[in-house]
Amino acid sequence: MTGASTPPETGRSPEASARHTLPLVDTTTAPLPPATKAAAAQPDLILGAHSLCPGCGEPVALRILLETLQDLGIVDRSIGVVGHGCYGSFVRIMDVDVLQCLHGRAPSCATGIKRVRPSAVVFTLQGDGDMVNEGLQEVLHSAARGENITCILLNNGVFGDTGGQATATTVLGQRTKTSLDGRDAEQHGYPIPIAELVASLQGVGYVARGAVSSAGQVQATKRMIRRALESQLAGQGLSLVEIVTMCPTGWFVPASEGANYQHQSMEPIYPMGELAVAGRARGTASGPVGDSIAGTAGGTS
Amino acid sequence: MSERQLLDGSTAIAKSAIAAGMSFFAGYPMSPFTHLLESLSKHLPEVGGTCINAESEIEGVNMVLGAAAAGARAATGSCGQGIALMQETIGEAAQNETPFVVFNMARGQADYFQCTKGGGWGDYRTITLAPKDIHEAVEHTQLAFHLADKHRSPVILLGDPLLATTQVGVEITRFDFGALPAKDWALDGSTSGTGRSRQVWTWAMGKVTDPGLGMDQHWRNIADKFDRIAATEARHEEIATDDADVLVIAYGSAAAFVEHVCRRLRDEGHRVGVFRPVTLWPFPGEALLAATEGKRKVLVFEVNSGQMLDDVRAWTHDRRTIEFIGGVSVHESGLSFGPLLDAPVIRERILAHLPGGSGVTPPIPATPMETGVVG
Repeated sequence: MTGASTPPETGRSPEASARHTLPLVDTTTAPLPPATKAAAAQPDLILGAHSLCPGCGEPVALRILLETLQDLGIVDRSIGVVGHGCYGSFVRIMDVDVLQCLHGRAPSCATGIKRVRPSAVVFTLQGDGDMVNEGLQEVLHSAARGENITCILLNNGVFGDTGGQATATTVLGQRTKTSLDGRDAEQHGYPIPIAELVASLQGVGYVARGAVSSAGQVQATKRMIRRALESQLAGQGLSLVEIVTMCPTGWFVPASEGANYQHQSMEPIYPMGELAVAGRARGTASGPVGDSIAGTAGGTS
Repeated sequence: MSERQLLDGSTAIAKSAIAAGMSFFAGYPMSPFTHLLESLSKHLPEVGGTCINAESEIEGVNMVLGAAAAGARAATGSCGQGIALMQETIGEAAQNETPFVVFNMARGQADYFQCTKGGGWGDYRTITLAPKDIHEAVEHTQLAFHLADKHRSPVILLGDPLLATTQVGVEITRFDFGALPAKDWALDGSTSGTGRSRQVWTWAMGKVTDPGLGMDQHWRNIADKFDRIAATEARHEEIATDDADVLVIAYGSAAAFVEHVCRRLRDEGHRVGVFRPVTLWPFPGEALLAATEGKRKVLVFEVNSGQMLDDVRAWTHDRRTIEFIGGVSVHESGLSFGPLLDAPVIRERILAHLPGGSGVTPPIPATPMETGVVG
């Protein structure tokens, strides 16, 4: 046998190889207002401080969701169905009845809950990995079935919880740990605009896309969440709000750069606005069985 | 309700599930489970329940997990091939303690391991009931819901094509298995905003203001629970085992064939008995240990390559007495049993190991490939 074999040809220049080390960014720097202010405020339904990175958009999205439950006076009939991602830690700080479900399956679990408790307000909390990767089938079929549930998508275009790998919503050119040279359509395919996909289906009551990187966006997105929940209360079918959320850690930029990165990279691909409103009116007559569930109050077998 | 009707097994199970108070069902068509889904699509809405033809087995079982977490009696089903897709959720439900029933209307007996040894993630078991006929399946359907609620855990009812499609005169009665605890853990939204809102969560970490047990203690508690179930819920049936010289072990429909054959052999003077595990998990091991003591031969019949055989080996008084007389035998369509599951064939296989027999199990008859019927 000869000596050391030639290493496999990578086809990359030394400069390109150098790029394969993603920067370790400072995640301790406080983000700019208004994210600081919004995240620091504590509405009644938040039991304590979140544990996510500085500059993360998800706590802001959680806050406006929970505030809206209070604004609508539906807290005592609200049930959350939470998927897997950084926001999964919200289960510990949100004062709402919660089913923590398997990755991607939240719309299906929410379907089961809503069908047996039609007067409950049922929402899912999912990330892009959860909804658009693992759970694409669930959200599309739940929408097409016209399930009276509200799906909240926190879309940051990256698997934040596992440290910055590409998801189905990673935009072209975005560098992640599994797209080191930037997402290339030829190799990794194209991002999926889930809000547009869902909005194209019959069975939806309301679909919108918002963001939380500025005070204006926060207010606009809060109105979207309100309309989505009102659509559920009116029995119009599935409502979905996609919220583009900053993930400086997973974007490998300083916390203070999150909003800029979002504006420049995400927003051209994920435009803000309402995509479906006042959808097909859908009665609750077919299916639900009322809220008196046998066995809940005890009794014999 | 309590009059005798001519029903196929799937309809009988469907009506029994409705009698048990099941209000939600979701499934995906797959033979021979399809009959049960069709029957519930027809009959569940008649009583105000919901039956969803789900987009996949994965969605079906997760809808059921949601409905059950909200406190409803709920169930799903498939055959083993579709149950394979549900395993992640069955394991999850065992560990977040959501009770529901899974009807495995299997294509044969190849799913023993799947039912009894898990296949989802984590440290869990699933109670598995294996009725031998439709009358027992009607009772076991209601027992399955009772055990699920009693132990807050998914329960499997293991059927087969004979159970799913055979027609019999059967009575759908309401069985009373005793009182159950209130489902005060079920999600209804009423505790949201109280500071003590409910969680259904495999990790059991609780709230920051009211910490839960955490995974370590929660999963120890789950393990303890399965130990208690193993100690208290094992069921079995023995026929003429006391003075038997040879014991035959079988479950499900195959046990009904074995029982028939052995009763005839008894009539002919052979000292043969039958031991039938009714629960496959918990396996009635202690009872088998006692029943196999002093037996000359312990014959195991199941229509697979020898899956229950593992559990029998673990619980037989003298392992040297064990002979496996089952085997793989599949109908040409793949949807049912092959010619091994037939009384004369089983009789020859038992006779071979009775006094005066050859001691050699005859070969399994080949499945004829004649009709060209597929799927």
